Amino acid sequence: MNNLESYLFISSMLFCLGVFGVITRRNAIAVLMGVELILNAANINFVAFAKFNGMNMDGHIFGLLVIVLAAAEAAVALAIIINIYNNMNTINVDDVAELNQ
Amino acid sequence: MSELVFLFISALTLISAVFVVVNNQLIYSAIALLFTLFGVAGLYVFLWADFIAGIQILVYVGGILVLVVFGIMLTNKIRTVRISHKSMQQGVGAVISLWLFVFLTIALSKAPWAISEGIEPVGTVREIGILLLTKYLLPFEAISLLLLGALIGAAVLSRGDA
Repeated sequence: MNNLESYLFISSMLFCLGVFGVITRRNAIAVLMGVELILNAANINFVAFAKFNGMNMDGHIFGLLVIVLAAAEAAVALAIIINIYNNMNTINVDDVAELNQ
Repeated sequence: MSELVFLFISALTLISAVFVVVNNQLIYSAIALLFTLFGVAGLYVFLWADFIAGIQILVYVGGILVLVVFGIMLTNKIRTVRISHKSMQQGVGAVISLWLFVFLTIALSKAPWAISEGIEPVGTVREIGILLLTKYLLPFEAISLLLLGALIGAAVLSRGDA
């Protein structure tokens, strides 16, 4: 548990699961959950490199900024998804391909 | 003892992450995402990042997950009992992400990481606060502006009668 590689392994696994979710999911909210997994994987990397670089606090600042960005992204994305649902009655990402409705 | 706890937390994180991406019931995916986020917070504690762990629980579990659950409920009619959304092209997705995983694993096991262990801090809040108001003042202000813009934008977008 006390080496960098185990954390990098966990975060790369989390990243690949997030990519899998983004590729295979058709529901826009499920795609958003995949994006959250990817952001969490990146954040684990930031904090892990911060610890194994002599407790460099810059990594913590970047992790904080990523969390704030994830919150902003989730708020805007869900607003857009709810708007799409109100206009088109679906949130299947394959069905909302056309621009003019 | 702490090895066992670490193994348990990473297993919890990864297994519930698998549930997040394969479950057909969207609301179960959201609940599995809850366990994943808690597991990641536990990993932050192992990485001596107590403040980040607290923020992770506050923002992700208390904010983003509630938003996601609201989104699921608002975009599904109450009458449809099964909120099911089948995934597509799971074979292709599995091949792509497995390839990516193998690539990443090989890359990170071969890279010569320059590791220098620090000493365990008493708390990270003080250093983070000092850095946020000195070295990272501009990113701090920029991200607060971005958060304000995102909140106003989300409110305007989802008002409906605009």
